[in-house]
Amino acid sequence: MRLFVSDGAPGNLPVLAAACRAGARDKLLISTVGPEECVVPFLTRPKLPALKLDSGHYLFSSSAICRYFFLLSGWEQDDLTNQWLEWETTELQPVLSVALYNLVVRGKKGEDVLSPVRKALIHIDHSLSRRSCPFLAGDSESLADIVLWGALYPLLQDPTYLPDELAALQTWFRTLSVQEPCQQAAESVLKKQGALALRVYLQKQPQPSVPLERPVSNEPEEDELSAHTLSEEEIAMAVTAWEQGLDALPPVRPRQDPVLPVAGERNVFITSALPYVNNVPHLGNIIGCVLSADVFARYSRLRQWNTLYLSGTDEYGTATETKAMDEGLTPQQICDKYHAIHASIYRWFNISFDFFGRTTTPLQTTITQDIFQRLLSRGFLLKDTVEQLRCERCSRFLADRFVEGICPFCGYEEARGDQCDKCGKLINAIELKKPQCKICRESPVVKSSQHLFLDLPKLENRLEEWLSRTLAGSDWTPNARFITRSWLRDGLKPRCITRDLKWGTPVPLEGFQDKVFYVWFDATIGYMSITANYTDQWERWWKNPEQVELYQFMAKDNVPFHSVVFPCSALGAEDNYTLVSHLIATEYLNYEDGKFSKSRGVGVFGDMAQNTGIPSDIWRFYLLYVRPENQDSSFSWSDLMLKNNSELLNNLGNFVNRAGMFVCKFFGGCVPKMTLTPDDQRLLAHVTLELRLYHQLLEKVRIRDALRCFLTISRHGNQYIQVNEPWKRIKGNEADRLRAGTVTGVAVNMAALLSIMIQPYMPTVSTTIQTQLQLPPAACAVLPTDFPCLLPAGHQIGIVSPLFQKLENDQIESLRKRFGGGQLEDSLELKAKVSKAEDPTELANPEQIKLLTDAVTKQGNVVRELKAQKADKAQVAAEVAKLLELKQQLALAEGKPPEPSKGKKKK
Amino acid sequence: MAAAEDLTLLEKLLGLRRGNKYSAQGERQIPVLQTNNGPSLTGSATIVAHLVKQANKEHLLGNTAEEKALVQQWLEYKVTQIDGHSNKDDIRSILKDLNSYLEDKVYFAGNNFTVADVLLYYGLHRFIVDLTFQEKEKYINMSRWFSHIQHYPGIRQHLSSVVFIKNRLYTNTH
Repeated sequence: MRLFVSDGAPGNLPVLAAACRAGARDKLLISTVGPEECVVPFLTRPKLPALKLDSGHYLFSSSAICRYFFLLSGWEQDDLTNQWLEWETTELQPVLSVALYNLVVRGKKGEDVLSPVRKALIHIDHSLSRRSCPFLAGDSESLADIVLWGALYPLLQDPTYLPDELAALQTWFRTLSVQEPCQQAAESVLKKQGALALRVYLQKQPQPSVPLERPVSNEPEEDELSAHTLSEEEIAMAVTAWEQGLDALPPVRPRQDPVLPVAGERNVFITSALPYVNNVPHLGNIIGCVLSADVFARYSRLRQWNTLYLSGTDEYGTATETKAMDEGLTPQQICDKYHAIHASIYRWFNISFDFFGRTTTPLQTTITQDIFQRLLSRGFLLKDTVEQLRCERCSRFLADRFVEGICPFCGYEEARGDQCDKCGKLINAIELKKPQCKICRESPVVKSSQHLFLDLPKLENRLEEWLSRTLAGSDWTPNARFITRSWLRDGLKPRCITRDLKWGTPVPLEGFQDKVFYVWFDATIGYMSITANYTDQWERWWKNPEQVELYQFMAKDNVPFHSVVFPCSALGAEDNYTLVSHLIATEYLNYEDGKFSKSRGVGVFGDMAQNTGIPSDIWRFYLLYVRPENQDSSFSWSDLMLKNNSELLNNLGNFVNRAGMFVCKFFGGCVPKMTLTPDDQRLLAHVTLELRLYHQLLEKVRIRDALRCFLTISRHGNQYIQVNEPWKRIKGNEADRLRAGTVTGVAVNMAALLSIMIQPYMPTVSTTIQTQLQLPPAACAVLPTDFPCLLPAGHQIGIVSPLFQKLENDQIESLRKRFGGGQLEDSLELKAKVSKAEDPTELANPEQIKLLTDAVTKQGNVVRELKAQKADKAQVAAEVAKLLELKQQLALAEGKPPEPSKGKKKK
Repeated sequence: MAAAEDLTLLEKLLGLRRGNKYSAQGERQIPVLQTNNGPSLTGSATIVAHLVKQANKEHLLGNTAEEKALVQQWLEYKVTQIDGHSNKDDIRSILKDLNSYLEDKVYFAGNNFTVADVLLYYGLHRFIVDLTFQEKEKYINMSRWFSHIQHYPGIRQHLSSVVFIKNRLYTNTH
């Protein structure tokens, strides 16, 4: 038989290893052909490797070829091997080819390579560890192992892509890699070049398309609904917990001021990345740190853990100086202005900081300089000279963005000091021809300047030791682990910690008086100084690693500063600092299909969210629903509308409202007597199960997944009401009326439980429900692990009203237009047209727009109400005309052509 | 859930008494079979082999090493190339390849009828019913095979019988 191969075809690996392992190697005649040669006569597309049998038949599937070799050696087929081989072709190959293509052809690294295959790797790892067997389909290595090993080898031979947490996979892979047949195959195919040996072949292949994966969403998966079967014990326990009622609740801990760690308690210290002060945060910034941390902080308080949540604005650095120059203010004024903007945005989003501080405080200087002195005296700082441009007239060194000149590559005249806008090449500022100071237009001179460096290589061992202690069993997110590991793998280099700037923490050292600390050195120290501004006993949080559990929230770009750089400073300073226990990093949130961009006006920014008329809880809910937990996700207007209308309005809101309404309407606002049937008991057990899952997930800070639990409970609730029809039974005989009472009582208790569970996500809605139900304060502040009867028979509830409003298509469309995104080009063009018009209606100021928007909303409600009341047609028409008129005014004020009213008429 | 329907048809053909229940997993609705003894099985090709063994008709999986490997290769082909594909161009190129393959063969694994023929018949049926006579004539070898298989006892079940014309109508196409 003849085996056709092409150099660098990934399929060669398993095929050669299998041939060797099954003793078929000697019977093979190997021909090497070009990657595009059609060896198999009946296939239109080239397929390699391929095996031509003596009978004239062809095997063109790598796994069928491997299987054939094993069959020849007398091996018998079995279900488990079949299953692995099928999984390999249908599940692993599609994602693996994307990963390899990204790595080899597109030259990508890190997450771009790992994230497509992560799920598949985890699947193998789990199967191995679950069976507690070293091989995939038996006690010794066999066909399944060879085929999967061969597929994965080009990727996993680089340990970067073999994550430590997949210990079982690691062991399996290493065991196989040292086997003779595998070693031989690896050498002959990869020729010691690693995955790059596949390059020439893969370049000739069509680019693999990412397998259809649903966009990140939180819809329940089908399997999950196929109910977990409840055991008798689970049901009995749920009933016992229910009967204990309010007595079972742990006492509420009074909130101290200031919050300080308490010995013997769980002391949860939460920080969110310090937002940089020079800009207004967008939705992606908000979900990435402050909002995610807020959910966890609120949850932590509901668990009665001793919780402190802090953040603040990061204010020093060049960017602030530039912004100050742009706006004609001093850096301090800029910081004051933007700090207030940040604080007000977070207040609107209901972020429950115990303290929101800032980095430009005297304590920041004290603490930074102290850490600096400690590092200096312990020999962890180096001095070195750096060549930089200096403007003599302004008497300062120029940061890259303060220099302009002629691009040394393309001759473009207005190239910036860091990059040329024309050719896009990166430039080292001192290479610019005819450089000019951007401020005074003087030509700067090259001067050398002394700087201080943090000697990271010298601290590497301590860091490794700390990480290995910390990471095991902690809740660091996978991306945080990955980024940290890849920094360590590339080796740490000394990092410059000083800058020739004015706006920063001064360096307290002879010869460095006119320098300040570089922001990344002192920004992370900001967490300490902000704590110190909150309480003079700040060291009880920051020098107390035994008692304090530190959770730090951030987007993934901030990981290295929190996992490598800052820990090195703290370890080197040797003052028993509290270091991060759980580093929670998100991926990125995109806007519609692109990025948020302040300069292009694309996306929703914190301050604008307030002017959309959509309540902050709805924003919070949607952002948390699409939280980029494992991969990037997108904000989408239509999805926001859908989730509001389906999950909040129709599911959660509908259930809570109906439960309350029944109590008011049928039982005079008094919770009726409940006699539980087996069906009710099973429902309690289901709710308990979801509640427990909610706890498990939030303890691991899986915020997006936990959100699903309360939606599931309210779905159960809706179903329960639908099946039991209390509104019919209340009109029936004695037994029916009793049943109506029980169903109403259980439902309203579920609503009460939900009001506590949603508190971390939608605090305002939570309070509204609790007021409507008159839930006792003791119950509002504690989330139990089981489901007790919170509103016993006889409890009087308050006035019930709807919780959510429907979002209408028109409203969402106009918001989408207002915030750019997909239609950016259109709206820019339109704006240009409008402003060029002969008699331009002056674009109105924001207040006017707001007034008009409010008027439109109001008039819209009037029309809706009239329609709902089936009012006289002429009257409706008159109000509609008013509405259209208002809309037209609004559109003009916003500089948009009036909306065509076609859509309306169709209805 | 085309894949699971094909499995139910196969069960009937094999004369397995009790209809198995299949659940579907993930985006591609991969069938999962819960077996009485032991863990569940995932994936249609895997379940096919399992059912054939359960019915004691192992000859349908092929008799020699070569036949066995060919049967598995074509089951894999069905799962990866045919199931879940509905793009006209893809289907045309698949039919072209299969037609060319069947030029000198009676069955997919060579000279014996196997489960590969059965599953490819089930997988292709929904496309073949829509072909015009002209197309059927264009893929003449494939049509001959298909017509042959659909007349095997017990295979077709509720599926519609596809009409092929023995005499050539469009001689000029060749």
